[in-house]
Amino acid sequence: MKASLLTSENILSLNSVSKSFAGLKAVSEVSIDVHKYSLTALIGPNGAGKTTLFALISGFLKPDTGRIVYNSNDITGLAPFVNAKEGLTRTFQIVQPFAGQTVLENVAIGAHLHYSNRSQALEYASHVIEKMGLHTYANKLSSDLTIAFRKRLELAKALATQPKLILLDEVLAGLNPREIQEMIPIVKNLVNEGVTVLMIEHVMQAVMNLADKVFVLDHGALIAEGTPSEVTQNELVIEAYLGKGAAERLNRKHLVTSQKEGT
Amino acid sequence: MKDIKFIALFTLVLATLPFLTNSGVVLNFVVMALYASLLAQSWNILGGYSGQFSFGNAVFFGTGAYVQVIAQMHFGLNAWDALFFALSLSAIVGVFIGSVSFRYGLKGSYFALVTLAMAEIFRILSLSVGFTGGGVGLMLPLNNTFLGMQFINKSGYLWLILALVCSTLLITTYIKHSKLGAYMQAVRDNEDAAKALGINPFNVKLFSISISSVVMGAGGAIYVQLFQYIDPGIAYGPQSSVEALVAAIVGGVGTLWGPIIGATALLLMSELTRNLFGQIPGINMVIYGLVLVLIVLFAPSGLSGLGLSVRALFSRSFSSSRSKLIEDSPTHGGKG
Repeated sequence: MKASLLTSENILSLNSVSKSFAGLKAVSEVSIDVHKYSLTALIGPNGAGKTTLFALISGFLKPDTGRIVYNSNDITGLAPFVNAKEGLTRTFQIVQPFAGQTVLENVAIGAHLHYSNRSQALEYASHVIEKMGLHTYANKLSSDLTIAFRKRLELAKALATQPKLILLDEVLAGLNPREIQEMIPIVKNLVNEGVTVLMIEHVMQAVMNLADKVFVLDHGALIAEGTPSEVTQNELVIEAYLGKGAAERLNRKHLVTSQKEGT
Repeated sequence: MKDIKFIALFTLVLATLPFLTNSGVVLNFVVMALYASLLAQSWNILGGYSGQFSFGNAVFFGTGAYVQVIAQMHFGLNAWDALFFALSLSAIVGVFIGSVSFRYGLKGSYFALVTLAMAEIFRILSLSVGFTGGGVGLMLPLNNTFLGMQFINKSGYLWLILALVCSTLLITTYIKHSKLGAYMQAVRDNEDAAKALGINPFNVKLFSISISSVVMGAGGAIYVQLFQYIDPGIAYGPQSSVEALVAAIVGGVGTLWGPIIGATALLLMSELTRNLFGQIPGINMVIYGLVLVLIVLFAPSGLSGLGLSVRALFSRSFSSSRSKLIEDSPTHGGKG
């Protein structure tokens, strides 16, 4: 069903985007294309620059050089709230709830982007909450949720803005295997509803399961791209994760399991 | 709409008070409590709902007060027209300070310091320019007419200030139940998350400071109508800033009734302690300081117990200048 929606049209294109922090090249000459209605994963070892790249795309940081094109508009350096209005939003790796407010109020803030009326925003928010399986917690303070439900809330807030492209920063991190199993269909369902997903993920099981395409970053540079099975067999990728020469030492079957543990 | 009913009841009860009692002590207390509530409400809109801690609300108070006097004395306006200009100029000062400090991303302690400095700049300016009367101050001529907004008995003031407090209650209620209020609270609770959801924090804060400055300016204008005198120390000194801030925190930050509860409690306490300490100058500021420390330590949600924890609010808004949200954290692995 995904394949039927998938087109070759790009919703997002990065053209040799770079960003340095005081001499450290966090992101260097990265060019990627994200197809409309696809689910694309961005992987790489810790410190590879994945979250920095997300900050650059969403507008929290400005790239030093390069161009970012979203929906055929140049959005390089535009503020995050401008991008959110155009349907590009992100979630945060470290969840960022509005702590003093209930789950419903949190999600309603996202809903207000398209509903000025308070009761309409609340109504749409409870619809999103229902879909995310958060309805029993609607009137709880967001600070009282477990990490798994906070991750869902993070996603629900972003979804309430009715995005076209959503950047998910490690929505599965910190979840136990059962919680991951519950979350995967939720992410999958986004694409079926016409949202394009670009996700940073360390949980390889999820990447293999979900992604149409994978980009691999290491030390700020793009080192590989392709389908999940292609990149996990790529020697550069194996070495980025496990060290130089690892590709030779390990057979491929072995590799997949050790990556799961190493994440 | 429970809030609206309570506001109606509150207004009705206080408005009928002059018919129930002639006691000058009671009426005077209510007038002063309402006046202090107005200042606290102003601080609560900016500090409580938008999380921008101002230490210099006096800058709006003083502007409202001076414009109220000058418009009447130098321009011959009646007090009601003067009030209009007092509120407008306070708003302009608010928008100016807001746009300068929010444009450059000042928040937390930096914003607090800027507001403090602004109040001080205005105080020194009002000492040195001519039309404020300098250090001598300005005396508003007695004019016990309706157009002069001066009243022989306290009930006139009571109704006037009650109308302002009631309006501010209604504004605050609107804020609580609207998109604007949701956005203000989102910016207060997490500015980066707010941006990701399409909120422009600059606009939200600017709107908030303009409402806050109008209410504070009204407080200043009322002050001169009550006491018929203003000088730079009263107008732009720390007294009104501190009163506004402490009362809001004591009552409960980010709540509808907190500022009124806090202002009344503080006034009650300073009336009671006046007998204890006699006429030591500035003793009420010492007491306010002590109360603030005790509240932050033992009742951070205020006397109403319903407010946001002022400690959480402080640490949240005072640490948010770190850009922890957007950078890769190398220690944060997949199992984080």
